[in-house]
Amino acid sequence: MATQNKRNIVIEKEKSLKSLFLRWETLLIVLFIVVNIMNASISKNYLNTANLFTAISTFLVKGFIAFPMAYILVLGDIDLSVGSTVALSATLLGVSYNAGLPMGAAIVVALLCGTLCGLINGIILTKFTELASMIVTLGTMTLYRGIAEMILGSQSTGGLQNVTWFYNLYYARIGAVPYIFIVFCVLAIAFGFVLHKTTFGRYLYAIGNNRVVARYSGIPVQTIRLICFTLVGFVCGISAIYYASWMGTVRFDIATGYELEAISMVVLGGISTAGGKGNFPGTVISIFTIGLLKYGLGLINVNSQTILMIIGAILIIVVTIPNIRVQKSATKLSKTPAKSC
Amino acid sequence: MKKLIAIVLSLMTVFALVACAQPAAAPAAAAPAAGDASQTYAIITKSAGNPYNEREASGFEEAIKAAGYTAIIKHPAEITAEAQITLINELVAQGVSGIAVAANDKDALETALKAAMTAGIKVVSLDSSVNPASRMTHINQAGVQQVAQALADAVLDLTKGEGDWAILSATSTASNQNAWIEAQKEIMKGDKYSKLNLVEVAYGDDEYQKSVDQTQALLQNYPNLKVICAPTTVGIAAASKVITDAGLQGKVIVTGLGLPSEMAEFMGSGDVACPYMFLWNPIDVGRVAAYALVEMVNGSLTGELGQSFTAANGTTYTVTEAGDGGTEIIIGPPFAFTADNIAEWKTVY
Amino acid sequence: MQSQMKSLLKKLKSSRELSLFLVLAIICVAVQLRNNSFLTAKTINDMLKNYSTTIMLSLGMMSVLLIGGIDISVASSLAFSGMCASLMMRDGVYSSTLVMFLVSVGIGMLCGMLVGLVITQGKVLPIIATLGLTNIFRGATYIVSGSRWVSAYQFQSTFKQFAQTNTLSFGLVNNLVFITIVCYAVFFVIMKWTRFGRRIYAVGSNPEAAAVSGININGIKFVVYSMAGAFAGLTGAMYTALYASAQSDMGMGMEMDVIAACVIGGVSLNGGQGSVVGVLLGALTMAVIGKALPLIGVSQFWQTAIKGLIILTAIIINVLTQRMMRKNALKEREI
Repeated sequence: MATQNKRNIVIEKEKSLKSLFLRWETLLIVLFIVVNIMNASISKNYLNTANLFTAISTFLVKGFIAFPMAYILVLGDIDLSVGSTVALSATLLGVSYNAGLPMGAAIVVALLCGTLCGLINGIILTKFTELASMIVTLGTMTLYRGIAEMILGSQSTGGLQNVTWFYNLYYARIGAVPYIFIVFCVLAIAFGFVLHKTTFGRYLYAIGNNRVVARYSGIPVQTIRLICFTLVGFVCGISAIYYASWMGTVRFDIATGYELEAISMVVLGGISTAGGKGNFPGTVISIFTIGLLKYGLGLINVNSQTILMIIGAILIIVVTIPNIRVQKSATKLSKTPAKSC
Repeated sequence: MKKLIAIVLSLMTVFALVACAQPAAAPAAAAPAAGDASQTYAIITKSAGNPYNEREASGFEEAIKAAGYTAIIKHPAEITAEAQITLINELVAQGVSGIAVAANDKDALETALKAAMTAGIKVVSLDSSVNPASRMTHINQAGVQQVAQALADAVLDLTKGEGDWAILSATSTASNQNAWIEAQKEIMKGDKYSKLNLVEVAYGDDEYQKSVDQTQALLQNYPNLKVICAPTTVGIAAASKVITDAGLQGKVIVTGLGLPSEMAEFMGSGDVACPYMFLWNPIDVGRVAAYALVEMVNGSLTGELGQSFTAANGTTYTVTEAGDGGTEIIIGPPFAFTADNIAEWKTVY
Repeated sequence: MQSQMKSLLKKLKSSRELSLFLVLAIICVAVQLRNNSFLTAKTINDMLKNYSTTIMLSLGMMSVLLIGGIDISVASSLAFSGMCASLMMRDGVYSSTLVMFLVSVGIGMLCGMLVGLVITQGKVLPIIATLGLTNIFRGATYIVSGSRWVSAYQFQSTFKQFAQTNTLSFGLVNNLVFITIVCYAVFFVIMKWTRFGRRIYAVGSNPEAAAVSGININGIKFVVYSMAGAFAGLTGAMYTALYASAQSDMGMGMEMDVIAACVIGGVSLNGGQGSVVGVLLGALTMAVIGKALPLIGVSQFWQTAIKGLIILTAIIINVLTQRMMRKNALKEREI
């Protein structure tokens, strides 16, 4: 009995001292600062505010998707169809604008389309609970992209930037700060608040930790999954609007690979794909860390393939470090193997 | 303590990775020549890992270095306009003197390139053009009409004047592929080609597996098919491979645009899948883009119609009118690769 | 005799492969009705040859999915090992096809071992580890190749011939198809009747129980990821032999096709569920879709959408038939 207590105390102490250094967010913040110092020291062009915000805007377009993706991963699900949803929404936006609809209506079309895509994912997944979200969204990923291809074929749909206010959505700035950055921050706070401060957010963690237990404790598991997948679709619609405003022209093959980029951002932010773990601020920090690291390395003209390799290495290293601690304290606590995969 | 060391070590690894990546990609110091080494010129290709783009970039680099300036080569990580915009932003932030870009999308680069030109950077497109508003001029490897005419005549010649033929393209959104195909269709409305019947335009997405499927489907769906015209490297090689493996040489003939190194296997003397095909020298395309940019920065060229300049290689290039309303510099007619010259070119690119 | 027939019928009815087979058969018949050259020996032969790579790669993916992991780096390891082996053949390090295949398998296995190490020793979730390593392997491929391709004329002609002839099976089927069949047969036996195979299922279906019963979980995981890497390497060699070309972007996106093949084949992403026969049927479904789409005479621009629709329909029909079977099984039990 006594030894037991002693051991507990030791562990407590260790936690308070070192966990501060090894907490995921601390690590991320350190990484973020290191990246910025490194960038500023290797390139004299890095700390130019206007250019910096130009670069930031480009990765915020896909950064949006990381928010609801974080929810999906907390649930223990995954959504691979986001890139295709963005493409289909942007396609419909361009097509309906060029068919004579006012831009405001075209934006609504894009949002509706995104939401519908997400809703379809959600309906299939909640009607057929045996199916893993990975395979369903793999199927809809091909389907949505295919529909966009049916609509546009080899053509592109352009001229979207002729509408000044639409152009301004992406490009306009208050001082040096672009509007998209402000919208991004507002959304980040909203999504973070819902995840950490509401019952809905707690439900997400409960479902992610153990879906069966969650259901027996009265949480409407399937309804919540449906809502989350629909939410992903809606945010993809927002991302599509910004994409269209950014590029001014849309093809069916845009936004390929967004799914894996969004997942990487969320995972680097400390949310595990196994569900039920991680928190939201990490995701926001990691969006900026990855984006700015890419920008900084690009400024000194590092080969883009090498940049990808560096990002891959960082992803693995950052994820490994906290695990070293978990593993050690786990072995100290008891000899039962730590659950992984 | 151990864990602290672990963090420090892994951060060091990150730095080490960055550090070893740096020398490889950093612009090599220019050989001292006439120019001012502080001037930097950049080329953005369509994608990484493609020998054609690699040759193009090496031609550009060589010409810039010979003039005594610094060259930056940027290959985007993905074949998208998005990746290219990121690269353009990086170059604008660095304040380079000139940018040459082979566009992945005609219109999508407009805002980024306009911002570059506003910042005083000279911009030309090469190989695959951007729209006239976003460039000062376009370096065209060979006129669209010339390419289409060469391909149309090849089809006419290989079908012996009549019969079914098909096109195997890359992706359905590839802008230069589509331009060639459209121009070729237009030309072939002429009387000379009236007995030729284009049965299908198939897309192999520049993937071997899909190109093979598409070629085999063409052979099966159209038993009287005489010629497959593939204006893309992977497509023409995949089609030739299918024809060769099926032993159909001479019955179905492949032609189009392809890299000599990839096609050497299927050309040459005897019973071959492809008697001749066309391309141009990507090294030259890169070189001419470099010459034009240097002239622009020196102020002797603005890309307006009718201007001309004599490049370091002694050739005089003239700015002519392009089909899209902008201007372009055409390097020359497409070069025909035949059984006689393929052996010497296959080692070049 | 009759009771034997009955139990066989019952077995068939409750088998998850049967429903899959039905789906595949329906697709084939539908295509055949649109184009009667589909179900001919030549078309099927072409299809098997062209998709031997996808079919082979599915086997490695299956073993990873069975232990509850996932490996999205297989396509990049395929490119890396295929490229390295091709570069060495180009530079005259060796000229034998067998050596080339072995080198490629070896390099692929090293890639897989790295994946296994990161996952078992670094305790990184498989999807994250392989997401990161995908970038690293692909980047390494660009770097070793220097962005140049290994072209057809640079390969040994025996190597190119190998993919087009039937020597291994004495003239029965194409060599690549034969290798695939042999691997499937061996894998079938391993999974069904060896201790190692049963341990893979055990680790996947309940890791805690497996650990308690004395199975070295990390050991099994390491071996499985190495094996998946080896399969990727083998596929890399097959890919370069088949198309007589090694490109740094080869196989891009193939991991998604392979995962789809496995899941259509009834492999559960939670681990512990799935069979070799099922994966074969799943991979064949993907092959049939790819082969048939250009043959049925729909617009080029509709093919992607149809592919997506077929994948979705296939998995949903599969679920529905299984539900029906389970219901039937329950009914029989009640009686």
